[in-house]
Amino acid sequence: MRPVPRHLHPGAWWLWAVGLATAASRTTNPVLLLLIAATAGYVVAARRTNAPSSRAYVVFLRLGLVVIVVRVVLASLFGAPLPGHTLVALPRVALPDWAPGVRIGGPITLEGILAAGYGGLRLAVMLCCIGAANALASPSRLLRCVPGALYEAGVAVVVAMTFAPQLIATVSRVRAARRLRGRPNRGLRGIRGIAVPVLEGALERSLELAASMDSRGYGRSGGLPAATRRLTAAVTLSGLVGLAAGAYGLLDSGSPAVLGLPAMALGTLLAVTGLALGSRRTLRSRYRPDRWLPPEWLVVGCGLAVAIAFVALGQTTALQPPVSPLQVPGLPLAAAVGLLAALLPSWLSPAVPGMTR
Amino acid sequence: MIDFDRVTFSYPGASEPTLREVSLHVPAGELCVVVGRTGTGKSTLLCAVNGLVPHFTGGALAGRVCVAGRDTRTHPPRELADVVGLVGQNPAAGFVTDVVEDELAYAMESLGVPAATMRRRVEDTLDLLGLVALRDRPLGTLSAGQQQRVAIGSVLTAHPAILVLDEPTSALDPPAAEEVLAALQRLVHDLGMTVLLAEHRLERVVQYADRIVHVPGGGALLEVGRPAQMMASSPVYPPLVGLGRLAGWDPLPLSVRDARRAAGSLLGRLAAHSPAGPPATAAAAGDRLADVRGLSVTYGPVIALRSVDLRLRRGQIVALMGRNGSGKSTVLSCLVGLLKPAAGTVLVDGRAPYGRPGRDVLRTVGLVPQEPDDLLYADSVAAECAQADSDAGAPAGTSGAIFRRLVPGVADGGHPRDLSEGQRLCLALAVILSAAPPLVLLDEPTRGLDYPAKARLVDILRELAADGHAVLLATHDVEMVAEVAHRTVVLADGEVVADGPTVDVVTQSPGFAPQVAKVLAPQRWLTVGDVAAALAG
Repeated sequence: MRPVPRHLHPGAWWLWAVGLATAASRTTNPVLLLLIAATAGYVVAARRTNAPSSRAYVVFLRLGLVVIVVRVVLASLFGAPLPGHTLVALPRVALPDWAPGVRIGGPITLEGILAAGYGGLRLAVMLCCIGAANALASPSRLLRCVPGALYEAGVAVVVAMTFAPQLIATVSRVRAARRLRGRPNRGLRGIRGIAVPVLEGALERSLELAASMDSRGYGRSGGLPAATRRLTAAVTLSGLVGLAAGAYGLLDSGSPAVLGLPAMALGTLLAVTGLALGSRRTLRSRYRPDRWLPPEWLVVGCGLAVAIAFVALGQTTALQPPVSPLQVPGLPLAAAVGLLAALLPSWLSPAVPGMTR
Repeated sequence: MIDFDRVTFSYPGASEPTLREVSLHVPAGELCVVVGRTGTGKSTLLCAVNGLVPHFTGGALAGRVCVAGRDTRTHPPRELADVVGLVGQNPAAGFVTDVVEDELAYAMESLGVPAATMRRRVEDTLDLLGLVALRDRPLGTLSAGQQQRVAIGSVLTAHPAILVLDEPTSALDPPAAEEVLAALQRLVHDLGMTVLLAEHRLERVVQYADRIVHVPGGGALLEVGRPAQMMASSPVYPPLVGLGRLAGWDPLPLSVRDARRAAGSLLGRLAAHSPAGPPATAAAAGDRLADVRGLSVTYGPVIALRSVDLRLRRGQIVALMGRNGSGKSTVLSCLVGLLKPAAGTVLVDGRAPYGRPGRDVLRTVGLVPQEPDDLLYADSVAAECAQADSDAGAPAGTSGAIFRRLVPGVADGGHPRDLSEGQRLCLALAVILSAAPPLVLLDEPTRGLDYPAKARLVDILRELAADGHAVLLATHDVEMVAEVAHRTVVLADGEVVADGPTVDVVTQSPGFAPQVAKVLAPQRWLTVGDVAAALAG
């Protein structure tokens, strides 16, 4: 029986996407990386919402392409040279002796370009995963799910996120108004003429927004003792630092082992304690909270399974194909089949309401 | 419920207090309308109710403001959020979230209302304000009127005992305004809510008011009284009251229904006269200035305009009406070349405005946008005018002279943002008129204008028309249209549904009919001025 259409908990999609991104971070095999991007893209096509952020996947995909190009160009002009098949021999800028590691120009090798391209592709695919998460569940929906203790911070982030689109809207309005007055929109004077009213407007709007939030009860203390508030904040913060360190340890294969799982576990413990403490005393309630049901577990499980599989495979030539000597990267069958798990949510998760397929 | 006890307030750095010795008592369950000229401190009075004045604005407040038993001196706005709901003048600036439903729930979340209650109240509010179809829409995609209703809804859901609204209907079309006011009326009746609202368009609110508070400004004492008694002497009054005063009705009628019952003898006296003919005929002879044929505009999948035809002649004032989001602003944007038509042609003075440089377009068509502030960015009135003259290539002093004629007695050195809304509109108008464009477009020019400012705007528009300009104004203000427009075009869903002499168009649909026309139907009178002229002559 197919599940009734509903919006999946945004946290589930984000964890799924983080799982995919983790997998992408562990490999430079372009075949696998492209498979990951395609997987993310397929799920987005099947389950995206009609919110404005649903176009994020394409935006992030384009950003990824830019990343690849920039990385290849920079690496071939300035990077450490890889010996191999020379494509073009650029003249090398002679640098003084005190800059031994720096290189400008010199021969561009196929191997160098490939290595840079693989690295760039990895970054690009990780960006794609983030884009997929944005398209599947808008970040503001995710922020609504933060625990009560972080509510105020969450609202502040939501407001900050609406700032950018509003700024763009203001810029186009001011440009239009300048045109009405017959003023130039280009050149240095044009930019200055646009920037000043846009910033003035932004400042004015933030004041009005602050007034509105204040009069609607944002930041009510509700009689919570200050000592409790501080303790909660301290525990939560140190927990989050631990989480960040743990995530870094897990994602960077070169970091010491203690930074990985142990830091993650300790951080989780602290953060959960802090948030539980804070949320128990909070006054606020949540409107239509997203529910966490079996399909959510399923989606998260699919993402995590892929991440764990890639981490467990470790450093193999299948995941990190060497560029020298040159060879066509192989398709590690086990990893590729494992990736199919990440594709499952496109069938197993409930369909998005209101989207005809 | 609301108690002001000898409140004096001055903004930081101001030499004169904005409110002086204000004492006001609003009992629970009363709908109280605050009236007065622009810049007399109405908004300050409203913001003092929930403590934004002085907690947020700064400044010195003497005396005591007590709301539902809480002193605003010790309670900042956030601690009053459960008893006072405040809707500001610019609702879009106050949105915290990005979707309609979340915005409605935001205040309740802050107050810790239980989830089940929140759900029910959101549904109730969606129904009450007719927002059901918009519940999932991003706030940025709503029209001004829809945003206004969301803003009202977002404070209503918290069920405050007191609702404070600053110009709640200024951006709304007549039917939407009636809906909002009816909703407020229901809240007062059914829930015993206390409502304090400021409004310039008295014709919309005066009939619902239990009491009127007149803020005379200039440090004079507040005048408080029952509507009929206040309207008899107030310097600001709706056309209906003007008609009542003219005909000597006692008591003064405040609703169209009351007026119609009193109108029998007046109708008899007027039957011998015929209304002074539609003025359109007088001006129809001018050359054709703008020609719009088959114009269609799309925004992505949304069709904003669908084969619109419109001709504008010199010396003619044309009103463009229609509900919020019907495409009025889009027509103006096309005429001034900001938007590319998807199909059809737009010709102004024989040339298409789209794609031509702004300076070039300004010589044929000028637009005063809905937010006149967008046009202003110098730091003094004098600098603004000088800049406008040089942009337009006009002799120095041109726009300064126009501005002084529109608004006499404003210091040249003042910052445009310190002017009142009406004065800023006049400054924007002066800036545009300095290039003397034959076609002048105005988008919602009467928003935030009081009656005297509106009367001056009417004079200005008539002069422009007499000088051979063509004027097109997009507006919701039926009284203004009745006063000034030769011809009225009604848009609905991006199509022209009516186009003809104002008197024909506005008397045909009750939503767009001015008060005088409603009272004196079936005779076709539009304004108090017409009636007065007929009775005198």
